[in-house]
This record gives sequence, C-alpha cells and structure tokens, in this order.
Amino acid sequence: MLEEIQQLLGFVPVEVQERIAQKTGINENDIYGVVSFYSYFTMQPRARHRIQICLGTACYVKGGKEIAEKIESTLQIKLGENTPDGRFTYEEARCFGTCGLAPVLVVDGTVYGKVKLEDVDEILSRYE
Amino acid sequence: MVVKDLEGLKKIKNQTLEIQSLDDTKNRKRITVHMGTCGIASGAQDVLNTFKKLVRESKEKDIKIETTGCMGICSKEPLVTVEIINQEPIIYEYVNNEKAMEIFNTHIQEGKVLSKYAFVRGKESEIEERVQNNGAIKGQEVLDDSIKGIEEIPFFNLQKRIVMRNRGAIDPFKINDYIARDGYEAAYKALKEMDSKKIIQTILDSGLRGRGGAGFPTGLKWKFASQPQSEEKYIICNADEGDPGAFVCGEETALIHSIQGQRGNPRLKIPYPAEKGLFNKPTVIDNVETLANIAPIILKGSDWFTKIGTDKSKGTKVFSITGDIVNVGCIEVPIGTSIQTVIEDIASPMEGAKIKAVQLGGPSGGCLPVQYFDTPLDYEPLKDLGTIMGSGGMIAINEKKSAVDIARFFVRFCASESCGKCLPCREGTRQMVNILDKICSGNGTTEDINKLEDLALVVKKTSLCGLGKTASNPVLSTLQYFRNEYEAIVQ
Repeated sequence: MLEEIQQLLGFVPVEVQERIAQKTGINENDIYGVVSFYSYFTMQPRARHRIQICLGTACYVKGGKEIAEKIESTLQIKLGENTPDGRFTYEEARCFGTCGLAPVLVVDGTVYGKVKLEDVDEILSRYE
Repeated sequence: MVVKDLEGLKKIKNQTLEIQSLDDTKNRKRITVHMGTCGIASGAQDVLNTFKKLVRESKEKDIKIETTGCMGICSKEPLVTVEIINQEPIIYEYVNNEKAMEIFNTHIQEGKVLSKYAFVRGKESEIEERVQNNGAIKGQEVLDDSIKGIEEIPFFNLQKRIVMRNRGAIDPFKINDYIARDGYEAAYKALKEMDSKKIIQTILDSGLRGRGGAGFPTGLKWKFASQPQSEEKYIICNADEGDPGAFVCGEETALIHSIQGQRGNPRLKIPYPAEKGLFNKPTVIDNVETLANIAPIILKGSDWFTKIGTDKSKGTKVFSITGDIVNVGCIEVPIGTSIQTVIEDIASPMEGAKIKAVQLGGPSGGCLPVQYFDTPLDYEPLKDLGTIMGSGGMIAINEKKSAVDIARFFVRFCASESCGKCLPCREGTRQMVNILDKICSGNGTTEDINKLEDLALVVKKTSLCGLGKTASNPVLSTLQYFRNEYEAIVQ
C-alpha cells in the first residue's frame, strides 16, 4: 500500500501515514518505521528534476565525491535538499549497477557515465 | 506450453538450437547487441535501434538481430557481436550509432572486418573449443588474425565460468534460450530421479559453501532445514547482499522481516531460520550465487565440482572488480586464485600510479596492502588477514588515494545504513565517523587514533548482527596495514 502511495503522490507525508494507521488498525509507529527505514519512501515532495549522484564504492573512488562537491557548490544545496526554486531535488544513490561507467550521475532517470567535473554545468543546464 | 518430461525439454532445446543456428538461406548473418545494465546505460538501446533501422532499410531478409545480457567486461560497453555464416564471430567494442552504421555497411554488407573497432574474435561460450583447436572453430573462416582471439585475452582465459556460464550467450528474458543450454534439466533430474536425502548428500559432497559471506556449508544448511516437521517450508534466494539498497537487509533475519512487510531489522539468530524463519516456518536462505551453483552440481555431479577450487573451498567465486583498473567488470575465477592474478592479469592496473591495496568484500570487508597480493582468494586465508570475500566486491586503490578516506567512506556508509536496533552499531559507527572526520580534517591527535581503534573493537565484539560485527573491518584493517597514513595526518 505504501509503495502505491509513494508512486501516486511522489511522497508519503505523516498525515497520510496517520490515515493509513486509522483505516488499517496498524500502529502509526510501525508505519513510520517502515517509511523512514527504506530509502524508496520519502516524506517530502520532490522538485521538478531529480539529481542522483552515485556514491557507491566504485563511483566514490573514481571521483564521485568531487562531482558531488561540485554540484553542491553550484546549486548551493546539500544532499537530501530541494533547490528553493523547485528545480532540483538532490539525492545520493548507492550504485546503479553500472560501475563500468563510474562516476555516474543520474538526472530524471537518464544515466550520465564517466562524468568529468567540467561536464557538470552542461548536464545541469539541460534541465530547467 | 507445459513441459511434462525430459523429452519435452529436449524438444524445445533442439527447436531453439535450430532457430539459433545460422544457415545458408534465411539466417546467414546475425547481429547480437549485449544489453546488460552497463551496456544499456552506455547507449546499447540506441545502437540496437540503429541496427534495426538499417536492416529494415536494406530490405535484406537474411539478417537476424538478437539481444543478450551482460558479457562481464563493463568498461568496453556497448559491445556488439557480428556473425556471418562460416566465418568467425567478431565482437566490437564502444559501439555508438556512427560505428554501428559503419559496421553495418562494411562488415555485414561487404563482408570486410573493421579491425579498428574490433575487440576480439570469437565468442566467450566457445573459448574451451577454441583452445582445443588452436584458437579457431572448425568450419569458421578466420577473417583478420591481427585481431586477438578471445581465448588469448587474460580477462577471459583466466576465468572459470560455472555460475556465469551462459553470460553473453542467452537473452535472460527468453526462457527457451536457457533451455537450449541445458536449462531445467537439473530440476528434472532432482525432482524425478533423486529424493531429498540424495540431493542434500550431493550438495554436502560437493563441498559448496555459502557465497554471501561466512562460507557455511550449503548442504548442512539444507540438512538442518529438512529435519523439522512442517506442512510449509520456504526457500529464500538472497540477492540483497551487496552495497546498494537497504544494506542491512542482506542479513538473513532482516531480509525475512522485510519480506514479511516489516521494517528490515535483524534479530538474534537463535532460533535459526532453518528452524523458525519466514512466517515462523523452517526456511533455507541462500545467496543467489550459491543457488546458481546448484543446477550444474546436480547435472555434473559432486565429483566434478570438487576438482575446482582449493582443499577447503570448492568451486568458483564471482567478483565485481573496479577502482583504478582498466577492465572494470564482473569475473568468475576458481577459489584459490591469487589477488595478484586478478589485479595484474585480469583487471590490469591503470597507468600512472601503482596499486597499493585492494578493498575486498565491500563495506564489511577489509583493505589489504600490495605485499599480501599473493594471498589466495579463499574464505580462511582472507579471514586470517582481517578481510573477507563476502559478496565479491574488489576495489583496487592506487597510491594517490588515502586509506583513511576509504575507511571513512565505508564507516559512513555503515553508519547511514545501520538499522538502529542495537546501540554499539548505531552509536559506535556514528562516533567512528566523527573521529575519522576529525582526523581527515587535520585536527586529529594520536589519542584519536587509539580511541578509534578501541571503539572499533567494541563495535565488532558487541553488535547484534553480522553487519555491525563487520562494520569496523575497514577501520581495523587500515589501522593494521596503513597506520602510517593515519599518523601522518594527525598532530
């Protein structure tokens, strides 16, 4: 049920969790526990575009950390935050299974592989 | 179609093989686009569409287009195999739309090999046959021997494929492709010709050990689960042991909770899942790689399996190799192969800086310096040195990278993935991150190093589940082998 709500609304806010608890009789704490545990669920709405920087091991050792720092300074944003203009949600990801392309950056599901620091601005400029 | 007996399976197998074989009339040429995750992410879908369009426009009726899964060598993707009847297959690397057009015009239509884009000659599934026949397949014309044969490449010829025997050869979405390569024959044999006792005995005799981490004998696990009386029993295939996802769910009891729809917290292991597991029924949980060994063992027998590997550990192990190396990908080698062979020969270090260490076994593993590279990849020898094979992560780290930073990366990962149930793991990993942050920022002291070491040992000894118990390994192993790097950056 939680998965469907996440897909439908894009997030599972506390008010919705309370409502599920009332209707199903499941303890509110247990529902909150599941939502907060799995990274699949979010409690905040996402912005227009979703940036996922892979900080899995392969990407990290191949320069993912520097790419992350570059994004953070360019957008003035930290991991897990939205930009104030609602343009980007910035998240960390743990491996897309494409370690051959490390470091990897994913925007709205499009995979950018072997990303160099100087590519970052150009990639971000494609999303308004 | 319902298959009722072995004859039914064989019939599908023969039909599929016939469809797959090239012939002089309808199927003279075949283009195979390898569509693993890395392939797709590097543009294999575009390449496939381009080939489809080119074939359509050419109006030629004798060209087939196929897709398969990953070939294992991710760093060369997208890969495309071109076959023309009675000629040796050619695998092209880094294919994009422009190259696809050129390959189509020059190789497929004019029959001339484009050696400048070629990776190797021959197919991985035919390596053994090629080796027996001095690097060729009977009846296949060699087009350009300046291109290396696939059996000459260490990346391929040092591997032993049991679990990944069908990679690059079948389309994982087509069940008949699998049946054509003996798929389900082992299931038939187990169900019709063997009883529970005999199956368990075969797996016990094979010496197969769990590939998820600890290396518990698989047959023994099955035997335990076979003993309790119960109307219902479960088998869980654990494909969650690895870095991404909810990491803690690789732990057996946490995985059971998550399947039951609960938060993925681990519990004390007694009672064992073999007694009370999923929905409180007797449950066998095996790593996906462990289970992938079962069919070949049933088909070929335990004696065949015991000839591969070391005295204590039979068979092969899959590793995901990455870091400062040229051939990033997924490999399968006999257990007991040395780290040296994998790093120097299979993976091939990148030029510019020497490899100084490997991190084995992911966040639960440890960092081994270059002077231990002659160590065989096997459960006990690695454990003695403070690391593990685990689920098979292997990261080569060169001299330019700081071992302290790598340790911090893994501990930070464990801290964010800690389920929070037990205090040593929840608070201990967090405090280790704080100390490592302090050391990395240059404000640490020798006292901090000692504190970090004490804390790491406490977390290792007192955590509830396997993940907490191993979360300190990256710290302890780097302190053991790279203490000088810690000392160099403290005041």
